Amino acid sequence: MKSDATKRRGDQVFTAITAGSGIFVLILMASIGLFLFAKAIPAFNNNTSNFLTEVTWFPDQDPPRFGIAALGFGTITAALIAMAIAVPIAIGTSLFITFYAPKKLAGVMAFLVDLLAAVPSIIFGLWGLQFLMPRMTGLTKWIDNNLGFIPIFENRTDLYTKSLFVAGVVLAIMILPTIGAISREVFKQVPRSHIEAALALGSTRWEMIKLAVLPYGRSGMISAAMLGLGRALGETIAVALILSALFEINIHITEPGGTTFAANIALKWNEAGPNGLAALIASGLVLFLITLAVNSIARAVIARRKEFTV
Amino acid sequence: MSNQLTRPTLPKSFAISLAALSMAIGFGLKFAGITSSLLFAGLVAVVLYVIVQTGVSFAVEGKRFAVDRLATTFMYAFFIASATPIFSVLWEVISRGYKVLNIDFFSYSMKSASPLRPGGGAYHAILGTLEQVGIATLIAVPIGILCALYLVEYSNGKRLPKAVSFFVDVMTGVPSVVTGLFIFTSVVLTLGLERSGFAAALALTILMLPVVIRTSEEMLRLVPNDLREASLALGIPKWKTIVKVVLPTAISGIITGVMLAVARVAGETAPLLLTTFLSQSINANPFTGPQAALPTFVWDQIASGTDPSINRAWSGALTLILLVVLFYGSAKLIARYYAPKA
Repeated sequence: MKSDATKRRGDQVFTAITAGSGIFVLILMASIGLFLFAKAIPAFNNNTSNFLTEVTWFPDQDPPRFGIAALGFGTITAALIAMAIAVPIAIGTSLFITFYAPKKLAGVMAFLVDLLAAVPSIIFGLWGLQFLMPRMTGLTKWIDNNLGFIPIFENRTDLYTKSLFVAGVVLAIMILPTIGAISREVFKQVPRSHIEAALALGSTRWEMIKLAVLPYGRSGMISAAMLGLGRALGETIAVALILSALFEINIHITEPGGTTFAANIALKWNEAGPNGLAALIASGLVLFLITLAVNSIARAVIARRKEFTV
Repeated sequence: MSNQLTRPTLPKSFAISLAALSMAIGFGLKFAGITSSLLFAGLVAVVLYVIVQTGVSFAVEGKRFAVDRLATTFMYAFFIASATPIFSVLWEVISRGYKVLNIDFFSYSMKSASPLRPGGGAYHAILGTLEQVGIATLIAVPIGILCALYLVEYSNGKRLPKAVSFFVDVMTGVPSVVTGLFIFTSVVLTLGLERSGFAAALALTILMLPVVIRTSEEMLRLVPNDLREASLALGIPKWKTIVKVVLPTAISGIITGVMLAVARVAGETAPLLLTTFLSQSINANPFTGPQAALPTFVWDQIASGTDPSINRAWSGALTLILLVVLFYGSAKLIARYYAPKA
């Protein structure tokens, strides 16, 4: 039996409006994919080379040749470099703030790390280009000289700037707050009893973290890292400013070059002809699908965890 | 002495005095002229600290405690590594940005300015950013709050709200450049509107929505159920309960969330590059013609690459940060003003 409240006209209208807003969000997400797909079709049809394996990008040439091989390589490489740097630092920082820092200072410290999330990416780009990049040549040279026997660190040029490595470092700084905030949430939820049990058995603080905190927080840390990955994959402006945008697959990450999906869209947008725009939209669709997959998996892992713990 | 009850431990002052000692040695090297690099001196200090501490602790306290001390050192190092960039970014933006930040910068456009000479300003860009972010806020806030109400007040564990909630989370991760592409393909290519400040505002709306929904949702969940039940028990319709009781209780938190979302999208560059044309002159009408914005102003000045342009880029960046701080500060003030009085 329905209660009186749900039959009132005002309630019916209000329910409809709020539900409509909810459904609007679903429609919005679906239409992002649909519109990008619809407007990318001409590019797929006109392309005379394989979209997935072609390295070069000449969509406005006759015949048009373009592909996402170089874009995909650059995007994933820069994101992996960022992850390799940011994940340990962010998780270490979260452990520090949750278990090591004095209680009174912990809030301020968390705020400092979160503040990074409020800095616009154009400012990271400017800072990376003007401040960080010139100061990183020493480090990059050192890596080349001492670790150069590993091919990915080898630098065959005498230029040490505008590389995927520099872009990866800037990306790492940008995804620190994302990974940090979520892993901090996870560490806060570790049951007090687990921690106290470990300490009561005579564990040192590090053993307590290894025994009680890390196993409990594993899935949370994985999804935090994946959300960071999603952000690194889609980051545009900072990467566009730093990379020297070469269409090539170059495993020597300290050499200038490389480009990413997002950076390529921003850089090529205003010089692109009709087919060029369609090609960029097609590459945007691929980026959208990749980030959608990464984020969905991360969110699904978090959601599953919630069901088990609460 | 292996049967004693207390294990040997290093004094509490050991770590701090060792840290002071290794710093003294490291920087002693610099001042003695053995090395000129500050970085190298710091590195010597850190390596010395780690090796001596782990070694001594291993000898006196045993392996487990040596590992624990090593882990502690790493935790401190990780924190320092992640706290340093924010200071560096803020310091660089402020120290390089204040140079050409004067009253002219806030009152002139770039219309008759040259990349080769100082001068010109960001008035047109500030105006554009305020208008675009304002329009985005006007659209995103009502939809966002209604959606949050749907998730909190009408969900009851049903399927649809769960799906909405999931996709709101996923939407947070949509790259900003993709929202620009979406508005370009839908509003510009399909509906035939021109590339304008309004199109940019629509792209910013999509970026704002998930943030507004999430923060509003959190705030609405904090409203005690007693308040809802008290109102419903008096025979007040559910919608009126929401409008008159639930929303006013949560409003201060919601406003803070909205301002955080505003601050977040005010610095977005990529969607603007795709949905507007860069402009050097003042255009107060967001619906027609090219319109500048602060992030694209900075982008444009970096692209020029000359010294005066780079100076203007830093000043634009500083203005952007000041704007973000202003939004954030006013959020706190408004939140305090609207907070329910006990």
